[in-house]
Amino acid sequence: MTILEKSPAPEASDSLPLTGPRLPGFAPALAAVAALAVGGVAAMVLGAGVVAAAFLAIVVFVVVLPVWSAAVEGRRSAVDRLVGALVWVALLAAVVPLFSLLWTVISNGAPALSPEFFTYSMRSVFGDAQGGIYHALIGTVLITLAATVISVPVGIFTAIYLVEYGVKNRLARAITFLVDVMTGIPSIVAGLFAYALFVLFFGPGVRMGIGGAVALSLLMIPVVVRSTEEMLKLVPHELREAAYALGVPKWRTITKVVLPTAMSGIVTGVTLAIARVIGETAPLLIIAGKTDSVNFNLFDERMATLPVFIYYSYTQPGLPASAGYERAWGAALVLIAIVMLLNVLARVIGKAFAPKTGR
Amino acid sequence: MRVSSPDTVKAPKPSSSRSSTQRPGDRIFRGLSVGAACVILAALAGVAIFLTVEGIPGLSADPHAMSGQANFFGYAWRLVFGTLLAAVIALVVATPLSIGMALVISHYAPRKIASSLGYLVDLLAAVPSVVYGLWGILFFGPRLGDLYRWLEANLGWIPLFAGPAAGSGRTILTAGLVLAIMILPIITAICREIFAQTPTLHQEAALALGATRWEMIRYAVFPYARSGMVSATMLGLGRALGETMAVAMVLSSAGVGTITWNLISTENPNTIAANIARQFPEASGDAVNVLIASGLVLFVITFIVNFAARAVVARSGKKLNG
Repeated sequence: MTILEKSPAPEASDSLPLTGPRLPGFAPALAAVAALAVGGVAAMVLGAGVVAAAFLAIVVFVVVLPVWSAAVEGRRSAVDRLVGALVWVALLAAVVPLFSLLWTVISNGAPALSPEFFTYSMRSVFGDAQGGIYHALIGTVLITLAATVISVPVGIFTAIYLVEYGVKNRLARAITFLVDVMTGIPSIVAGLFAYALFVLFFGPGVRMGIGGAVALSLLMIPVVVRSTEEMLKLVPHELREAAYALGVPKWRTITKVVLPTAMSGIVTGVTLAIARVIGETAPLLIIAGKTDSVNFNLFDERMATLPVFIYYSYTQPGLPASAGYERAWGAALVLIAIVMLLNVLARVIGKAFAPKTGR
Repeated sequence: MRVSSPDTVKAPKPSSSRSSTQRPGDRIFRGLSVGAACVILAALAGVAIFLTVEGIPGLSADPHAMSGQANFFGYAWRLVFGTLLAAVIALVVATPLSIGMALVISHYAPRKIASSLGYLVDLLAAVPSVVYGLWGILFFGPRLGDLYRWLEANLGWIPLFAGPAAGSGRTILTAGLVLAIMILPIITAICREIFAQTPTLHQEAALALGATRWEMIRYAVFPYARSGMVSATMLGLGRALGETMAVAMVLSSAGVGTITWNLISTENPNTIAANIARQFPEASGDAVNVLIASGLVLFVITFIVNFAARAVVARSGKKLNG
């Protein structure tokens, strides 16, 4: 939006101006300063809290700028400025909780971290004695690994079927629909499913690490299928046709041409899928249960995991409660760090192993 | 952007399928693919069947297994009410915020800032729900307590804020707000993608006619993106309905809760998922079947919501990821 300077005003009667009056470019900044001033005064004079003062400042800003604009520029511009302000306020309202959350977790969790925190389990730990998350880390790694081993082959082969074999036939349409349905399964229902399945074999009250892996793979498979399918669709058809023209069988074409070309995308998708399920709590709460001891056997007895550990450290903190809470924050920090690391890793893989183009 | 052209897929088929299915390698590989696809069929059939089999005994369980409710439908209805209430609060708060945020990323922010904002949204989506729960109850909730007392004192005449206010912040409103923060990134991600797909020519035409930026968005972007926005909202609703840990940690009530429109009191409704999470670890006998039956109810509700979301997209013929 350019502001055309009105040169020495000609007689208004004989020529219409090309532009309407506009607010100066610094108007939003000025309004923001005024709003902050009002908020600051409210905080100092009326003793309002920081949050209330900030809220007041935002309200003032959202009101002042459009009103000023309405007075100078007219109604349409005023509405435009109002929406512009509201949109940025929405962004602020969404980002503030994120930073608050990260800050809370880091500042509360960091004091809990120590070498012992990673290498001790909670066996026979009472009160504020030194305990740790070793058992939960082991459980999380094993269960997530098992879930990955189950879901990756199933997910990738399903995607291959959808893209390479079942183009638009009835089974492929049904599968696409069911993958959509699976995406929407609540995680707790996945846990109940795993429980209902294992009860058939092991009787009521079953708790088992592998059950958690089954529940997690139910949540993971649709993510893997989706991302792999997208990646396979991106592989140019000329590559396949060139391979067919050389007499290469279809399965060799898929394994030697299609999959390598799409590999970076597939690995990225799988990593993101792992990052998604590694923080799942509800299914593990139901089927993997809770224990204070280290358990390396997926097929026997309860298995602690990091998210469930956080949950129980909060709900059953022991005495004094602060020790339990501190362990919960510490474990939450570790969990977030793992998830963020996986996300970064996925991006790095996507960049580093992207297929070379331009040949 | 991602176009699969059926014509070129079909082209090699007649020659390749005839000659290639004879090779053992091809037959095995094809078998593996079909097998994997069938595993998905079997898994979903399994979810429906096992939940039904284990849930049916719960329908006629003893009242004491159902937190004192006389029959299963009274039990389920109370929980369904709480589930819907929390999800609707989350949606009312999250939808406008998400649309605003998506607009910032797609239309308002300079490109460089926009891409890092997009990354921030992904970050928000990656935080595990149990961490949201921990933050919600130990940090966010207690700070909302003051707000609730203020609401009770000044807006107490509205039934929603009748009180008595819970100073601890363990209320359905807190749960709904935490849920809202959790579904924000989902709705934002889809809306952003669809806003960005609006044809540039439509937008430039609107601007050339003298529309302000907001008028351009209202008359060019929103009509194009309407179905996508609706389905994004419904997918967010599906997520909010099934979200467990945040609600389980924020609400103190175990059991079926109370049916009330009072959002800030200590007497709260409870949600299906949170009820299962709180009760299942200690449940045994009939109580387990009751909980599984309520899980089946939740599955059906989320299925309907997700199905409706996909149907809206399918009817408008647009592509949607996630």
